[in-house]
Formats: sequence, structure tokens, C-alpha cells
Amino acid sequence: MTILRTDHITMKFGGLTAVSDLNLEIPENGIVGLIGPNGAGKTTVFNMITGVYAPTTGNIVFDKKDITGIKSHLITKSGIARTFQNIRLFKDLTVLDNVMIANHLRLKSNIISSVLRTPDYRAKEDHILKKSLLLLEEVGLIEYKDDKASSLPYGKQRKLEIARALATEPKLLLLDEPAAGMNPQESIELMEFVKEIRGKFDLSILMIEHHMQVIMGVCEKIYVLDYGVNIAEGNPYEIQNNPKVIEAYLGVDE
Amino acid sequence: MFNKKNLYRMGLILLTVIVLAILNSVLGKYQVRILNLAGIYIVLGLSLNLINGFTGLFSLGHAGFMAIGAYTSALLTMSAVQKQANFFVQPIVPWLANIELGFLPAMMIGGIVSAIIGALLAAPILRLKDDYLAIATLGFGEIIRVIFTNTQSLTNGALGLKGLTRFTNVPYSWGIALLTIIFMFSLRRSSYGKAFMAIREDEIAAEAMGIDLFKHKLLAFTIGSFFAGVGGALLAHLMGTIDPLMFRFLMTFNILLIVVLGGIGSISGTVISAIIVTVSMEALRFLDSAINLGFVVIPSVPGMRMVLFSMLLMLVILFYQHGLMGRDEITLDTLGGFFGKFKKKEA
Amino acid sequence: MSLETFFQHLSNGLALGSLYALIAIGYTMVYGILRLINFAHGDIFMISTYIVFYGVTMFLMPWWVAFVVAILLTGIFGILVERVAYRPLRDSPRISVMISAIGASFLIENLAIVIFGGRPKAFPIPDYFNQVAHFNTISIPFANFFIPIVTLTSLVILLFIVNKTKTGMAMRAVSKDYEAARLMGINVDNIISITFGIGSMLAAIGGILWGIKYPNLIPLLGIMPGLKAFIAAVIGGIGDIKGAVIGGFLLGMSEIMIIAFLPSLTGYRDAFAFILLIAILLFKPSGLMGQNVTEKV
Repeated sequence: MTILRTDHITMKFGGLTAVSDLNLEIPENGIVGLIGPNGAGKTTVFNMITGVYAPTTGNIVFDKKDITGIKSHLITKSGIARTFQNIRLFKDLTVLDNVMIANHLRLKSNIISSVLRTPDYRAKEDHILKKSLLLLEEVGLIEYKDDKASSLPYGKQRKLEIARALATEPKLLLLDEPAAGMNPQESIELMEFVKEIRGKFDLSILMIEHHMQVIMGVCEKIYVLDYGVNIAEGNPYEIQNNPKVIEAYLGVDE
Repeated sequence: MFNKKNLYRMGLILLTVIVLAILNSVLGKYQVRILNLAGIYIVLGLSLNLINGFTGLFSLGHAGFMAIGAYTSALLTMSAVQKQANFFVQPIVPWLANIELGFLPAMMIGGIVSAIIGALLAAPILRLKDDYLAIATLGFGEIIRVIFTNTQSLTNGALGLKGLTRFTNVPYSWGIALLTIIFMFSLRRSSYGKAFMAIREDEIAAEAMGIDLFKHKLLAFTIGSFFAGVGGALLAHLMGTIDPLMFRFLMTFNILLIVVLGGIGSISGTVISAIIVTVSMEALRFLDSAINLGFVVIPSVPGMRMVLFSMLLMLVILFYQHGLMGRDEITLDTLGGFFGKFKKKEA
Repeated sequence: MSLETFFQHLSNGLALGSLYALIAIGYTMVYGILRLINFAHGDIFMISTYIVFYGVTMFLMPWWVAFVVAILLTGIFGILVERVAYRPLRDSPRISVMISAIGASFLIENLAIVIFGGRPKAFPIPDYFNQVAHFNTISIPFANFFIPIVTLTSLVILLFIVNKTKTGMAMRAVSKDYEAARLMGINVDNIISITFGIGSMLAAIGGILWGIKYPNLIPLLGIMPGLKAFIAAVIGGIGDIKGAVIGGFLLGMSEIMIIAFLPSLTGYRDAFAFILLIAILLFKPSGLMGQNVTEKV
């Protein structure tokens, strides 16, 4: 079963083609890696999938529905959540609020009953609170729940971003360089964490990452982008031994 | 429902009401007017704080929405005779000529009309950011004012409306101020309030978390416009006279000063600074008149007061950006800190 | 409408447009470099008219000396405003800088009320500029010719500075990429000061011409022309000098022409610019000459 399929998607910015004719397939419950040199168009792929940009041509099918060109927040609602390369937390709000806000999209109360705190709203809010606390417990951030997000150490901020994405109840999680800036020990922990949440939350995961150790360690399938073109796909072993990939990463010896 | 926190809250409100009742009965006419103004500026400050401080939309059109509330309510409370007396250049449009409502319904309608117009105007421009949004909303404020100056048979144009019954008293101004304060605290605590703040913190992340930016920005702007309209209605029926010049950018500036001084995003900060600004605006009135220093008489210099207040705004933003409260609040916990210590000893 | 009145309106539109253009350049240059709406720009413009007034009436300067002094002092004043109100906030959120700009604007206006007095003063127009040219039945004030010529000359000089001198190159570099320019050894603070100086001097030229055309001086006279010139800069594509001039001409001309052809809308004149602004922001936010910029995710 495929959870997400991109069908020949191309993204052009003026004269520049950032991504060209890309076909991705993410199997349900799979962990897929997206790698490539800087500027290869990886984040652009994320932005197309999450509706930040509409692809110039091509279609994106998620959970059997065409989501091409749909607004970003509706895509999140349909079950795709993401993190950002340069952490984008709600810095001035608490860790708990960061996670609770990610539940807002599933709240079925209008603003009037929310402000009046009707019993119905309070029950819903209580549910969100419990759910958020549980989530923070599971990812090991519960002790920081009342701290400002910006006061967390870097690694924990990355984790909080993932927790926040999980709170939107996604079926597919997009991680944009989750191990960036982490030391080897933290990277290994992150690998374990990614595998763990996949099982616990019944997720499919697509991740961009530069740490080869992480990518090779968790991904079942890897796509390689170079100048917006998909130059290779396969399992970690195949990718490691693919001459095109080595060439893209190391350059060609004349 | 009747847990301790709520009980404390009730107590706090009761205490405020008692203090106000005492002030209302001991203060002279002039001081009561200032008290009323303070209540009104709380409503206005909080409404701008919702748009600007919670949601991060920099709006400079507040005076325009106040004008809508002020005019709508005034035209509804004026009697047919009053209207006839005012509209001597051109008679008022017939459908308004004989309507006369009570103050409260007129004020609510003023707020609602302001909210509707606010929503209609904001809808197309909410995708603009920062300074572009600011300048577009400033434009709206000016457009509304220019329209009001020119629609002779609807607003009496530049002549304004005179002789409004001065319905605004302390129960009205502070009653609505208290309701607004409670509303704002409750809103901010709710899921919607958090969504607003998420938009302020990071729009892109907020949208990625499934928050409909357009819907929520529009909500914040509409609610803000509603309270601006209500504040305008209160102000109109305190002054007794309104004209388009009252709602110049200067009015927005005063409210912006309140929000910035109080700490952009803080409810209690806005409340405190609304009181401080209102009282000092009045207390410093002497600056605009002649000052006798004994050896020299400084002739009356209108504008001195505003020099001081614009300097204050700049000093705050240059050297003390988080204002009185930053984004913090005076909560029951900080207030109860005193009691808390006491209790710990007991336990 | 008779041909005579049409030509009169045309020349008035051209003159008003030139004035907007001169002020708009200052907005656009500052925005190009600091991404900041210099709210005080209209008030800097106002200051120049008063400098001329006091130069001529109090210090008894010949008019041309007063003009030069006004241009120089206004330039310095603009630099001062940047030092005090904007420089300390270089790394603050844009909203803070904007609030400071609003504060600065109000401060200058009210100081002007305190110092110059609220009562209107008459700009001392040199007789030379007070003449009227007659073509058959058409009579056009001399200023209406003079103003566009001064504007275009100023534009040519400015474009030369920006495009051909080393300072101009540095200005362009700073507006393209502030950080990179700093790393390349450009003294960014100096360049910003120079930008404010030049922008304010152009505003002063605009102010002097404004005084000649509309000699009624009040301390709040800078607000409306300031706002409208900013709108002109947005119309032309903010950050683009030629765009600002085109925007200024367009706005000035259409303001005059709309009233000329539809006199019943005279009262709405001040709203027109704002309606145009909102329309531009909605349909072509980058303005006529600008490029779209999107935020990097």
C-alpha cells in the first residue's frame, strides 16, 4: 500500500527548475529518506507536498486523494505534518501550548463557546490537555511543559517540533533534517526515536537528512536528488554503491 | 465551577466594583469623566491589543472602526428632534430620521456594524504582512474618515453630531471594560486564543499545524473591530459631540501608545497603561496652557502634551521594549503570592 | 471642459506629481535599504519649509541662500532622525521600528507646533517664481514649469550618484544584501546615513517647491503629502527610484484629473490615494516596477 505518491511533479521558479519530474512513492508505515547535495531541491519537495507551493506540473496523491495545490492547513488536516529545517517553534509560548496548538485543527468548537467555556468546550479542552500531556510524556519532554519553547536546548527543540507535528495526528510525517546540529550520540538517539514513533503512532515517514549514518540506519528506501532530478532510488545498500550517487556527492575526478 | 480560583476571581471583580462605586460617589464631575475615559480606553486598548498583541497583525485603522461605532450608535440614540436640529444643511436620510433606540442596543449595533465593516475591509488585505498591512489599515481609517466627512445626509459631514445624550456613566464604561477584560482573558486561554498567538509567533509554522490563517486573522480583526466600535459608542456618549476630525490617526496613536506602554500582548499591562495614559493626559493638560515660572511666563503652547507622549512612546520602544508587563500578566498567582506565603506557614 | 482649463489642470497635475515624486524617492530609498516605512519623512519635508521661512524672515537671507541652507539642514535633520529613532532598533522586530517611526513623526509634528506655533505662516515666495505664463488664453503659473524641471534634474543627478559612483554602488549593495555588504567591508551605518541624507535633501527640495506652490505653512502640512508620496512609492514598486517618480506623477496627475472631470468627488480627494494603494497592494503588491519576493521556508 502506498500512502503518498508524487506523479511527475515539477517546480519552476521563474527560469529556475528546482525540482523536475519527480516520482516519489512512500509505502504505508515505511521510512523513506530523501537525500542530495545542498540546493538539490529537497525542501522544495516538502513544500510542494505540504502545500506551501503548488507544483508547476504533476500531481500529488495522498491517501488515495489528490491533494495537489490544496491549501497548506487543509493538507495538515488531511494527515500530513512536517518539521522545518530551521526550527520554527512558537518560541514565546510554553512547550505545552506548542503541542496544544497543534490540536486546534481538530477542535470542533466555535469561538463563542470557547470563550464562554461551555461544558462541551471544556470537555474538549480537557481531552486536548490530557492528550498533549501524554504526548509530552511519551517523547520525554514532560518536565519542560511549562518552559518557554525557546528556552529548551537545541536537541530538545527538535524533539518538540516533532512532538508538535505528531499532535496534529498525521498519517505521514515529513522531517526536514531532524539531526541537523546534533552530535553523534544525539543522532543515534534520534534514529531510535524515529523508529519508535513510527510504531507507536502508526506513521509513514519521509525524511531529509545529511547525516548518512542516520539515513542509512533508519530508512528502508532512499531517493537521491541532484539539481532537482531524481538520480537514484533504492535501499541503503544500493544507494551506497550507486556510482551516480557517489559522483553527485564527491564530484567527478577528471 | 466554584473552585478557589474562581472564587478569588469573583472576589477581585467584586472588589473592583466596590472601589469604582466609591470613586463614582466621592469624585467630582470632572474626575468621574476621567474615570469614564479610563474605562473606555481600556476597551479600546484591549481591542487593539487583541489584533496587534495577540495575533501580531499591525493595524493602524482603529480610529476608523471607532468612528463607525460612534456614529452608528449616536444616530440610533438621537431623537427625531435632535436629528432635525443637527441636520440643517441637508436633511437626514428618511430611514434614519425616526429611529430611536436605548443606549445599550445602540452600542451593540454600533459594535456589530463596526465588526461587519471591519471584516469586509480586512478580508482582502489580511494576506499582507507587517508594514504593508499597517499602511493598508491606516488607509482604511483615513478612507472611513473621508467618507464620513462627505456623507452629509448620513453623518452630517464635517459638522458632526452635537447634543448627544450623555448616557455613558461609570456602570456603562467600567461594566463594559470589565466584561472586555474577562472576555480577553478567556479568549486567550482558549484554543482560539492560542491559535492567534501561534500566528503571531510564526505564521508558516501555524499554518503547517493546520491553523487556517485567513479564518483566524479575520476572526481576530472582526472581534477587535467590534470592541473598537463599542468603545467608540461609549466615547461618543461621553463627549456628547462627535465629528470626523475626532477620529484622525492621532486617536489610533493614543491607543497604540497604551498598548505599547502596557506591553504588546499583555492584558493587564494594557489595562494599567490605559489608566495611566488617560489620567496623565488629563493631568498634563496644564502643559498646553501658559506656565508662569516667576521670572518668565511661558506662553501657552498647545502641543507640549503630545510632545511628551510621543517622546514617551519612543523611549519605551527604544529602551524598554516590553513595556510595563512584557507579555506577562498580573495573575491570581502573583496577586496571591502574598496569601500563598501566609498559607504555607499555616500548613 | 474648455481646452484652457484642461491645460491648467494638466500643468497642475504635473507639478503635484513632481512634488510627490521628490518625496517618494526618499521613502523608496530608505525602504530599499532598511525595509522600513520612514513615517517621519513627511515631517522632515515639512521642516524644510519652515527653515526657509525663518531663514528669510528672521535671518534675512536672500531666498537662494535660504534654499541651500534648508536643503543642507534638512539633510542633516534626516540623518539625525535615523540615528535617534531607527539605528538603536536595527536588530529589533520590524513592528518596533515602525512604532518608533510613528513616534518620531508625532514628536516632530508636535515639536513643530510648540516651536513654530500652530498658526499658519506664509512661505516667502521669491517674486521670480510668482510669475504667470500666458499662452493666448491659457495662463499657467511659472512654478508649474519649474517644478517638473527641478524634479527631473534631481532625478538625473540621483540616478548618476546611485549608478555611477562608488557610494551609489555601496548603496545598491546594502539594499540587495545587508549582511553580505557588511562582510564585503562596506560601512553599512555610513551608507544608511548617506541614504537618509540624500532622501531628506530631496524632500527639502520638494518642500521648497511645495512652499512656492502652496505657500500656507502649518506644522502638520507634511502628513498628507508624506502619506501620498509613500503610496506613490508603493505604486511604483517600493525600493525602485524610477518607480517612485513614475508613481508620483501617476498619483499627482490622477488626483487632479479625477477632480477636474468629476468635481462632485472633490471631498473624496484624500481617500482616492488610499483606495489606489489598497488596490495596488491587492493586485500587484510589488508595484509597477518591483519584483515579487517570497519568504523562504
